Amino acid sequence: MALVEIENLSVEFPTQGGIMRAVDGVSLKLEEGEVLGVVGESGSGKSVTMLALMGLIPFPGRVRADKLAFNGRDLLTISDKDRRKLTGKDVAMIFQEPTTSLNPSFTVGFQLTETLRLHEGMDRKAAERRAVELLGQVGIPSPESRLSAYPHQLSGGMNQRVMIAMAIACNPKLLIADEPTTALDVTIQAQILDLLISLQKERNMGLVMITHNMGVVADTAQRVMVMYAGQIMEERSAADLFASPQHPYTAALLAALPERSEGGRLATIPGVVPGLYDRPKGCLFSPRCAYATEHSRTVRPALKPWAGGHIRCHYPLGDPNRSAAINHDHPVGTEAAS
Amino acid sequence: MAAPPFSVLAMLRFILTRVSLIIPTFIGITLLAFFLIRLVPGDPIETLAGERGIDPVRHEQLRKEYGFDKPIIVQYGIYLARVLQGDLGKSMITQEPVLNEFSALFPATIELALCAILFALILGLPAGIIAAIRRNSIFDHGVMGISLAGYSMPIFWWGLILILLFSVQFDLTPVSGRIDVLYYIEPITGFLLIDTLLSDEPEAFWSAVRHLILPTIVLGTVPLAVIARMTRSAMLEVLGEDYIRTAKAKGLSRFRVVALHALRNALIPVVTVIGLQIGVLFTGAILTETIFSWPGVGKWLIDAIFRRDYPVLQGGALLLGVVVMSVNLLVDLAYGLINPRIRHTR
Repeated sequence: MALVEIENLSVEFPTQGGIMRAVDGVSLKLEEGEVLGVVGESGSGKSVTMLALMGLIPFPGRVRADKLAFNGRDLLTISDKDRRKLTGKDVAMIFQEPTTSLNPSFTVGFQLTETLRLHEGMDRKAAERRAVELLGQVGIPSPESRLSAYPHQLSGGMNQRVMIAMAIACNPKLLIADEPTTALDVTIQAQILDLLISLQKERNMGLVMITHNMGVVADTAQRVMVMYAGQIMEERSAADLFASPQHPYTAALLAALPERSEGGRLATIPGVVPGLYDRPKGCLFSPRCAYATEHSRTVRPALKPWAGGHIRCHYPLGDPNRSAAINHDHPVGTEAAS
Repeated sequence: MAAPPFSVLAMLRFILTRVSLIIPTFIGITLLAFFLIRLVPGDPIETLAGERGIDPVRHEQLRKEYGFDKPIIVQYGIYLARVLQGDLGKSMITQEPVLNEFSALFPATIELALCAILFALILGLPAGIIAAIRRNSIFDHGVMGISLAGYSMPIFWWGLILILLFSVQFDLTPVSGRIDVLYYIEPITGFLLIDTLLSDEPEAFWSAVRHLILPTIVLGTVPLAVIARMTRSAMLEVLGEDYIRTAKAKGLSRFRVVALHALRNALIPVVTVIGLQIGVLFTGAILTETIFSWPGVGKWLIDAIFRRDYPVLQGGALLLGVVVMSVNLLVDLAYGLINPRIRHTR
């Protein structure tokens, strides 16, 4: 049994201009102890997908799915009360801005022990002892004295360590890290990533690493899911994906990495992510895709199994009959000539 | 960089700084109280004599006695010198020391003001919180509409309407005063609610409560409106913060998220507003006490204006000013207690 099973998940927000589809038909399976990287531009729906799994989609957002299960529990029919017993205990989440993610009016100790007392039923003394242990485990020096500190007295990196301690307090089966290093200094970024990976290995917990940093994914994830405009574009093992990307979008993202450039100008992807009003009828990436055809602009590709993973593209890069298919479908992209 | 301990020295320094700021305000109040009443036409001695009039020789004699014949600047100098020695003078009407009269009447005002602010808090905080979590609901629009009306209503008019409705029409509450004339309660604390409980007359307590209802509502309406609106906007802001998402991600109950994690932060601006309302409350008390013939310092001051009782006005305004400043100081200290970020940067 997979730890997380999501089938055809959609999250919609009603806005004044109509329904905004933040997540569109996402399916995902995650095994116990697996590390999944979720990458994509801002607004690609990577955070919203995970917030839906946590049950944290704010009103008036609507969550729909054919299946949404965690550790065998159906999250679509679960009561709010039962769900709160899972949230923060078996599945925990840390966020992008550690300093604003901690409550400024309460001490680190209070916020840390609160989780332990709620889910583990510890008394104050026991929870404090455990909190000191946890702070030590996430690499905070002299943890005893930090219990009485307020978040504004700690650095961003320290606060993220506190957030991690809070998240792992009840030995979760799954930890979701939503861009955990984006707001931190580069030197601290590496430390936090190392910490997350070592904790994941020690406890054999599932880890979802949401990021827009391909480098982070390459270092940490076993499997990678590339999202664009609310849909999964490609989902394969990290090694395969980085060695031979199959989706033109993934390939373009990798080509835009400075460490992969061969001098000269950095490659970019022309155009912008489609908004509420200009959502294409066909493939969502087709307006920006170098290999778009009449066919891909009118018919939306389905997510299909491909090269050991899944891909949502009419013309996967590794397909031997690719050029013929593109030429047959009236090419309109910039690479049409070739 | 361990947490610095809550420093008593820093606290002391803060209090001393604030107290030193009180001195210019104090001088300002004496100036205003002294000169404003003298700008009002009318001679205190003629008012004192009343309809019968007064013999010019005796008039001159009394002017000398009270020192009104001296240049006004000299009069102010003498007044200020006396105040600094703790002498606020005597009422020209009753010949009682101003301080004695004030301390006899002040508990009545405090009792009314405390009830009014409690009324405003007990209704205003929950109304603001619920309006925020049910944003754009009928409840939200209702609360905001009513509070706008409450804020805009003249206290005088509101008091008279309530008296007409509840006292005259339905005969539910007394029209005026603090307690039925049947009862005589020996002042122990000066707070009738407490003194009646200490005495053996439970009926007297209920009489005092019934007398308090309308004045409390009238005086509490403006603070209630302000607190409800402020609580709502502060809660709305706080509920969108990242740490609220964290609190939900911990699996805390909705109640705990709102009542602990959100409210604690939303209270910071609300406490500031309550502090600012204290001054407004005393202004309101003067009107409310006049409408309901409430025997407090507000009514005492209004009467003093009509009688041109200079020492009472000067002393009363000064004492009220000191009370407002002290309360604001206390609110500032409370602000530090609920906002750790302020506490540590001082």
